[in-house]
Amino acid sequence: MSTALSVSGLVKHFTVHAQGGVRMSVLDGVSLSVARGECLALVGPSGAGKSTLLRSLYGNYRPQSGSILVDHDGRVVDMVAAEPREILDVRRRTIGYVSQFLRVIPRVATRDLVAEPLIRRGVERDVAIGRAGTLLERLGVPARLWKLPPATFSGGEQQRVNIARCLVAEFPVLLLDEPTASLDRANWTRAVELIAERRDAGAAIVGIFHDAEVRDLVATRTHDLQPIGGSA
Amino acid sequence: MIETPLLQARGITKRFGPRVACRDVGFDLWPGEVLGVVGESGSGKTTLLQCLAGKLPLDGGEVHYDSKAFGTIDLASLSEARRRLLARTEWGFVSQDSREGLRMNVSAGGNIGERLMAVGERHYGNLRSVADDWLQRVEIDSDRLDDRPTSFSGGMRQRLQIARNLVTHPRLVFMDEPTGGLDVSVQARVLDLLRSLVDELHLSAVLVTHDLGVARLLTHRLMVMQGGSVIESGLTDQVLDDPQHPYTQTLVASILPV
Amino acid sequence: MIESGYNYAYLDEQTKRMIRRAILKAVAVPGYQVPFAGREMPLPYGWGTGGIQVTAAIVGRSDTLKVIDQGADDTTNAVSIRRFFSRVADVQTTTRTAEATIIQTRHRVPETPLAEGQIIVFQVPIPEPLRFLEPRETETRTLHALSEYGVMQVSLYESVAAHGRIAKTYSYPVVVNGRYLMSPSPIPKFDNPKLDRNPALQLYGAGREKRIYAVPPYTPVKSIDFEDHPFEVETWDQCCALCGSRESFLDEMIVDDSGTRQFLCSDTDYCAERRS
Repeated sequence: MSTALSVSGLVKHFTVHAQGGVRMSVLDGVSLSVARGECLALVGPSGAGKSTLLRSLYGNYRPQSGSILVDHDGRVVDMVAAEPREILDVRRRTIGYVSQFLRVIPRVATRDLVAEPLIRRGVERDVAIGRAGTLLERLGVPARLWKLPPATFSGGEQQRVNIARCLVAEFPVLLLDEPTASLDRANWTRAVELIAERRDAGAAIVGIFHDAEVRDLVATRTHDLQPIGGSA
Repeated sequence: MIETPLLQARGITKRFGPRVACRDVGFDLWPGEVLGVVGESGSGKTTLLQCLAGKLPLDGGEVHYDSKAFGTIDLASLSEARRRLLARTEWGFVSQDSREGLRMNVSAGGNIGERLMAVGERHYGNLRSVADDWLQRVEIDSDRLDDRPTSFSGGMRQRLQIARNLVTHPRLVFMDEPTGGLDVSVQARVLDLLRSLVDELHLSAVLVTHDLGVARLLTHRLMVMQGGSVIESGLTDQVLDDPQHPYTQTLVASILPV
Repeated sequence: MIESGYNYAYLDEQTKRMIRRAILKAVAVPGYQVPFAGREMPLPYGWGTGGIQVTAAIVGRSDTLKVIDQGADDTTNAVSIRRFFSRVADVQTTTRTAEATIIQTRHRVPETPLAEGQIIVFQVPIPEPLRFLEPRETETRTLHALSEYGVMQVSLYESVAAHGRIAKTYSYPVVVNGRYLMSPSPIPKFDNPKLDRNPALQLYGAGREKRIYAVPPYTPVKSIDFEDHPFEVETWDQCCALCGSRESFLDEMIVDDSGTRQFLCSDTDYCAERRS
């Protein structure tokens, strides 16, 4: 089917017990769908729930109700109701997620970090390392940095490593949370090219793009989110 | 997807006199998964680990293990002979205190080779070369092969303990605070080693820790324990990024930023 | 005539029955250490009380007893034990291995091959072969029960790693009948091959530790080793200065005040036979 991702009636609120159990409602019945080759941009003001929605699609946040149906290996998996190991499998092979900040693992070299998702899928180590290098080069991360762990890199360099780590595996579904936020023009141009390529190759993408110019280049549709009345 | 869980726990309960250390704990562990058990002192996490590894008898509940040698077995009905055999072959147990998990008066090579000798390896040259291979994998110099762990640093002892446990390619490894008490840089090295070995050898593991950073790095799934009960569980990133239970929220909020 | 005031062979009848029961159990499970209720003997622990109790339980008036200590019939201990039995058991004694029906020995096996019908009684200090590797008795009993002897193999590994070869030269552990790990008492490893499928009955008595074990006639006894470091016995460049033997276990003796050394057969009877 051409619909890769279908969200229906998603409800998500947070209860902060340290503040007397105050409940913050963020999503109140969000529905949307994304087809292959589409890039859906989530738009809306700060606090509208864009990141929350993206994290929910990845299974990182747990919605209280609703469904997130993803086409995984010819089956339909509901990320809201799925078993933990199913979610792990979906993350391994179907949904890729670029977060806003790179989570740095001590001691692991940049190129190894980027190659990891491929190796976990069973790709031969040498092949994986090769593809990682190609991608890093494309994103403008110089070769002299490949053997270093990214902990000491600049924000922009870290973000490009983050993007490379996600895009190396060619996921059918991509979730991008402000992927170009810390990149200068020269670098985000490269990233945008890559994302557009994936979209045109048939990936279904949901993204948050703060920069309107970037959004216009990659998105095929937008979805509007508004904050729910109440404390944000 | 694999059909049978590697380890199935249901209703695990353990008492010490009137005190309930573990109350009604249950989970499924699948091949290739690392399950973290976090909690503060007295939460029951170490007791749970010892119950799962068959070191403590249960007061309630069952543990079933899908073994290569004997099929699916109920740990409670396992004879001592078979439990000890499993502990030497299909399981590993990495203790927090390496003194418990190593023979301090035996050389590094002897420590690593022991499990092989216990299952019948009788060629000295083979034993030595396998031990040397593992020493290198855990980043200890080959020239320390004949040295005793008494002359090793804490981090080296932990890495030796890991090698000693993994030499028989166990399917399930129990780890009790494997990096507890180590200096931060040493901890990073041991964690990195564990991370790559888990990946490379497709290990399943149950890892007990009080350190959420260790959990974030090494585990796929997490169970939070308080007062002997599991008060929250899920994928590690779910539990740490979207904590539901008040205690979990307190734990996560208490991590000192660097 | 036995000295008055003593029961035959010093021990009372019930004690002898108890020890015989222990011996039967030991023979039934070769190499397994059978606990027994050791009695107070007229000499302290460490002087052969275990061996004496076993001999006392089996000796009869028709027996001929030989007692050796490190291969010699004429050391103080061998002499006094032999005299003890001739007084309390009214038994014939001999120094000749071929004529004995019972041979009580401390730390050597006679060079002269034993025959069916003979019994050799070993004096044992520490019956548990794993004792110095695992101090807990509860644990060693479990290890024997489960046949978990990895720790012994580890000690051999350590020996090769430290010395380039298995350095143990006495009390060299053996596996009996393919099942139990046994200490053959502190005999030199030179004597270990003699235990394998020996036609005689081997009885082992440890008085202080209160254990009896046995190897029935013709039982396989194998010294443990590595495939690439196989078990080997001692050899000498010299031969016996008295009888010229190149096959027996030689003691190095200092024979005068200027330190002159000679190599002599440890087994005095064997040496004497060769010279006659």
